[in-house]
Amino acid sequence: MAEQARLIDIYIMGKYYQVPEGLTILTALEYSGYRAIRGCGCRAGFCGACATIYNFRNDPQLRYDLACQKTVEPDMCLVQIPYFPAVKAVYDLEKIPADGDNVKALYPDIVKCYGCNTCTKTCPQELEVMWWMTDALRGDIKAVADKSFDCLMCGLCAARCPQGLTPYYVALLCRRLNGRYLTPPAAHVAGRVAEIASGKYDAEITALKTAGEQELRRRYNERDIEPALEQSRE
Amino acid sequence: MYPAYLEENIHIVEDTRVRRLIENRPPLDESDKKALLRKYHPDNIKSSMRKLKVGVNQGDSAPVELADLLEGNSRIDPKKFDPSSPNYNVDVLVIGCGGAGASAALLAHEAGARVLVTTKLRLGDANTVGAQAGTQAADRPEDSPAIHYLDTMGGGHFENIPDLVEVLVKDAPDAIRWLEKLGVNWDKAPDGSMHELSGGGTSRRRLHSARDYTGLEEMRVLRDEIRNKKINYLEYTAAVELILDDKGQIAGAILLNMETEELIVARARAVILATGGSGRLHIQDFPTTNHYGATADGLVLAYRAGAGLIFIDSMQYHPTGAVYPLQILGQLVTEKVRTLGAQLVNSRGEQFIMPLEPRDVVTSAIIRECRERQRCMKTPNGDSGVWLDSPMIDVIRGPGTIARELPAMVRQFRRFNIDITREPILVYPTLHYQNGGIKIDTEGATNVPGLFAAGECSGGVHGRNRLIGNSTLELFVFGRRAGLAAARYAKEVKRGSPTLEHVRRWQEELQQAGIRDQRPVSPRLLPDYTRRTGGYTSAVFQP
Repeated sequence: MAEQARLIDIYIMGKYYQVPEGLTILTALEYSGYRAIRGCGCRAGFCGACATIYNFRNDPQLRYDLACQKTVEPDMCLVQIPYFPAVKAVYDLEKIPADGDNVKALYPDIVKCYGCNTCTKTCPQELEVMWWMTDALRGDIKAVADKSFDCLMCGLCAARCPQGLTPYYVALLCRRLNGRYLTPPAAHVAGRVAEIASGKYDAEITALKTAGEQELRRRYNERDIEPALEQSRE
Repeated sequence: MYPAYLEENIHIVEDTRVRRLIENRPPLDESDKKALLRKYHPDNIKSSMRKLKVGVNQGDSAPVELADLLEGNSRIDPKKFDPSSPNYNVDVLVIGCGGAGASAALLAHEAGARVLVTTKLRLGDANTVGAQAGTQAADRPEDSPAIHYLDTMGGGHFENIPDLVEVLVKDAPDAIRWLEKLGVNWDKAPDGSMHELSGGGTSRRRLHSARDYTGLEEMRVLRDEIRNKKINYLEYTAAVELILDDKGQIAGAILLNMETEELIVARARAVILATGGSGRLHIQDFPTTNHYGATADGLVLAYRAGAGLIFIDSMQYHPTGAVYPLQILGQLVTEKVRTLGAQLVNSRGEQFIMPLEPRDVVTSAIIRECRERQRCMKTPNGDSGVWLDSPMIDVIRGPGTIARELPAMVRQFRRFNIDITREPILVYPTLHYQNGGIKIDTEGATNVPGLFAAGECSGGVHGRNRLIGNSTLELFVFGRRAGLAAARYAKEVKRGSPTLEHVRRWQEELQQAGIRDQRPVSPRLLPDYTRRTGGYTSAVFQP
């Protein structure tokens, strides 16, 4: 395909290249001869490893995206973002009950957020980052967990925050608190763990293990199949 | 946005929806399935396989791309390199940090071992994060570990190792509970009970999900926990050779700083390989859903150190990889789309297969529809595909279901102006999973003392075909087991002195088999997607 596609002009770290239209930023870098070691992960928009910043020749406004998802456009100026560490609070989940004060205690700087909304504008997942920081300030852990659910933790929000906050780590803390404390544990899972420990299924599984292949096939083919559509969820 | 000729065909798909809504496609019977697999499944194409000439599995078949690497030359010259002065000295070295590596590291740490994790990319860059649909565990009253056992054996064509399957299904609910306690946000009803879905080849609704970011959610939590527990880790550092001692036991590994090409010696009493799969080898030129680093490194290292492999001729092709637009060629369209009710439809608007058959069966049916029957659509790029009728989900389950259950998919396609709530998705099978791998026992141990393996790089539990949601389950079940067992082993082992004698012998074997000059250096580490603009990148050691 590459040979037939229209070529467009881009700039990588200031150098001029021509690449076929339709490539993503990541494949355009590779087409230009760059090999990714950092800045590449799942290549499918799930891991956040390829967060990238770019602007255009005649437009200095910075833009943000995932390099594996964003396709190149004429006159794009690409850079690789330098690595810098973000501060993550270290905690023992078992020792911090889920209330908002704990979030503030672990990330005291969140009170410095002045609502400039740069984080939201930066998010390649189009999440409402500033709003979950507001929720975190108010101590509404559930709201943070919900709004940040699709966060890939690419770190762009922290990279651009003028106050040096790390919204993606604040969100992770809240999601873990939500999963651990604010959502009831699944009683049927705990029940089944106990049943298995008591040996309830041992005989049945041993019987399957020792059954001949013929018998196993028969039982497999005759097993009843629960309807795929559950009735209860409305 | 689809080009006009594809839009036209979509009208045919739309016109047949009412008919398909009441249509009930029965599952294929055993003999039909067999015939379909024999004729169309990529694993059965003889010309793409080759028998191994050296090593423990000599005489076994493997895909040519994998066989080349398994028989590859070491990056280390054993005559020049001294493995006895270590940069790190630990009890347990974990190589790779996806779901299995992270679980292993956490459990080994909990058991009191000094742990070092090394990973080729970032911590958590692994196929795990791409796992969308869910994790299996039989914990509903209607379900049982025995039914899970039967489903898994049937899915694997009854070739799975029974002891491994038993452990998988019995540890499953506990693995789910472990993640729940670590703060994974499972999809739940208000009373806390799990919202569970069925998948291809499962006879019960058993998939635990976190919207369609299940693997990402699991990985985010495990990665965070590794940092909370202050477990030592190295990023962008690949393992290029294992070190044995003069007693034939594991003694550590040689690591490579990917950026500076500096070699690092990590001495360890036990090593856990958790390096994942091999999709980036692009077997038979298939596109792949796998992440950038999935190049079968663990298999290569283990094989060279004398560990046996199993089912390495068996790959899983996910039936529904995207074929349009080109930017996302090969990327996963999660099985959850079919689980929720989307049907597979050919260019005439006909459903040609029951959508929840096991993956290899659906894959073969799609290949037949495209290659033999020619009832497929061609993309502008010349690739073939059939329709996955996603809007059917909202028809069956009510408007808003797609947006609620598949936010990642909706976002992914919206980037390219395709609205999957209103338009179907064009799909073709994509290389997804390595069914086989390093042979392990129920503790994750290999036949090399002190060498453990877990996750996709290990083999046996899935037989020759893995069911949906059993892969992420395997990560936690066997990752945790391997972590514990390795920590226990490390406490007891009496160490010898480290050597690279096995590497010297390996190179000699290659020479004797007359293949030394024909084989590449391995492990491969990263796929080579860089367009050649000049010379060749240097390997650390060119044999």
